[in-house]
Amino acid sequence: MKVFLAFVKKEFYHIFRDKRTLLVLFGMPFAQLILFGYAITTEVSNASIAVYNQSPGQFSEQLIDKLVSSDFFTVSNRIASQSEILETFRQNKAKLVIIIPPDFENKFSRNEAEIQLIADGSDPNLATILGSSANRIIQSWMNELLKSKGANLSMNTIIPEVRWHYNPELKSVAMFVPGVVTIILMLVSAMLTSISITREKELGTIEILYVSPLKPVLIIIGKVVPFAMLSILNAIFILVMAYVIFNVPVNGSIALLLMESMLFILTALSLGVFISTVAASQQTALMLSLFALMLPTILLSGFIFPISNMPWPLQIISNIIPAKWFLIIIKTIMLKGLGIVYIWKETLILLGMTLGLIALSIRKFKIRLQ
Amino acid sequence: MAEGDPIMVSFENISKSYDKNPALKEVSFSVEKSELFGLIGPDGAGKSTLFRILTTVLLPDSGRVLFDGEDVVKDYQYVRNQVGYMPGKFSLYQDLSVRENLEFFATIFNTSIAANYDLIHDIYEQLEPFETRRAGALSGGMKQKLALSCALIHKPKVLVLDEPTFGVDAVSRKEFWEMLKTLKEKGVTILVSTPYMDEAALCDRVALIQKGNILKIDTPRRIIDQFDKTLFKIRSSQIYKTILALEKLPHLGTAYSFGQEIHLYASKDIEATDVESQLLEVGIADAEVKPGMANIEDCFMNLMVAENMEDHVG
Repeated sequence: MKVFLAFVKKEFYHIFRDKRTLLVLFGMPFAQLILFGYAITTEVSNASIAVYNQSPGQFSEQLIDKLVSSDFFTVSNRIASQSEILETFRQNKAKLVIIIPPDFENKFSRNEAEIQLIADGSDPNLATILGSSANRIIQSWMNELLKSKGANLSMNTIIPEVRWHYNPELKSVAMFVPGVVTIILMLVSAMLTSISITREKELGTIEILYVSPLKPVLIIIGKVVPFAMLSILNAIFILVMAYVIFNVPVNGSIALLLMESMLFILTALSLGVFISTVAASQQTALMLSLFALMLPTILLSGFIFPISNMPWPLQIISNIIPAKWFLIIIKTIMLKGLGIVYIWKETLILLGMTLGLIALSIRKFKIRLQ
Repeated sequence: MAEGDPIMVSFENISKSYDKNPALKEVSFSVEKSELFGLIGPDGAGKSTLFRILTTVLLPDSGRVLFDGEDVVKDYQYVRNQVGYMPGKFSLYQDLSVRENLEFFATIFNTSIAANYDLIHDIYEQLEPFETRRAGALSGGMKQKLALSCALIHKPKVLVLDEPTFGVDAVSRKEFWEMLKTLKEKGVTILVSTPYMDEAALCDRVALIQKGNILKIDTPRRIIDQFDKTLFKIRSSQIYKTILALEKLPHLGTAYSFGQEIHLYASKDIEATDVESQLLEVGIADAEVKPGMANIEDCFMNLMVAENMEDHVG
């Protein structure tokens, strides 16, 4: 035990005396969360729209007010002629143009009013979101209006009202926090462990560790324990940051979440050890971690692209990505607030992967140089 | 193993190849207890491979090595507990301080610095002013002393040092060999390899190794006594030209430049005047040829030449 503690102490010295390791450990989670939280966002706020009002009057202005007061839109300019519409898009002054036809005021009182929305389709996602948001606002305004007028509701069409469960405001950061936690845990655990073991190979220190009474299993565990501890701290750090900065709460049991995180960290650590048994240099270990782990973790786990939209070969491959299963688990706990009953299958899969990897790593870890 | 058996380490017909390139060919020799045994040879001769097999980090293709009576393949755990190993590359943790390195190695060998301090006292004393300095920031000589301290901290029966003085300044090298002598007197068996032939004279016995073959094993004294040529030391204002000239006169012997001199290993029947006159014939007038005493380097150069000639014939 004393020997083991001495080994772990040595590992902590390595970690805390290496600026690059520290940067990856603590700078990375912060940067990723901020990046995903603020920059990569699918929410719309204050989008510029242009208005071509050919029928100025009480109702048309009320409609425009309603749109602007929603925070979704700001009117960037008013257009006076048909030809200006295209010009607006070309100069990128607005992403959406609202056209109110000349007979709007007249037809409105007869419940026959029409308006036209033209969106800039060069950014299809944004165009769809803007269009549907505007649509929603206009519908709800008409509803209010009809109610206040005491008019007969049945004469209007049925307006479906869509609500989002679990993330009612469709805050994208709520989706990204579980993803960032997943990536960080995978990165820190697998990459840093594999680099730390291959560093000993590269510097030749592994040779004197071999020529000592230290058992190989002890070397592996001694390498893994510090990173496991730091990774779980990291997970807590990200969750706290997500709550403080982005107001994303953990809806389910925090204890369960941390236990599942620990399991996933173990999976990643055993992957790291496995990589180090294959790679001879730090460079190779880094490359392997980046390409064999990071890219699939980001692209195939369902973090950015929904797995159900992928072609079937990729869907099958996604099953062997540990991050996919952890992402399901963490989303279920964090966003849906559900318990182990709903995620026992995923937990078992992760557990199986971890045990398999540990067995493989220990078998592959050499007691000699060759 | 019987008490009083003088043999500490024995290599028996050890062969080892890397991808079909032979590194060691049927090497056999043994080292006695408390002996300071030197393994001398150029780069790529197989010195490190031999030491790695002894220290259990490499497996031989064939043959066996006994360490204190135990087989190094089967009983590798025993060897790992009882050997102190200093690999060729500086293999301590550069980001750990002097003290932290020593403490780490003491602990993983289940001992403490205090318990075995007497063995490393003389060496570590010189490092004590730098205890808190990172190992990476030490000078070459200091690094080497720290590595030796770390290899000794568990009181090993056998100390295996792979080119410990490589790249170290002359003063530190001399000091280092003084330390080895002291350790040997304390009963530690030492196997040391070096590319510097002058260090061979400081060993109890030396083995000359080249291309995976042991050319000779003996005490430095006897190796010198067995020198079967006449050594001529040649001085000239144009060393390089003289060497080229001597290469064209192979019946005289083989010549090497030793700093400001040329050493010529000639057969016994050749006289200094023969050499001078033949050099004069090819236009080197100022050559000053004197017979000299062969040192251990001359013996090795001579042996290595002989071996190379056989290679060419075979």
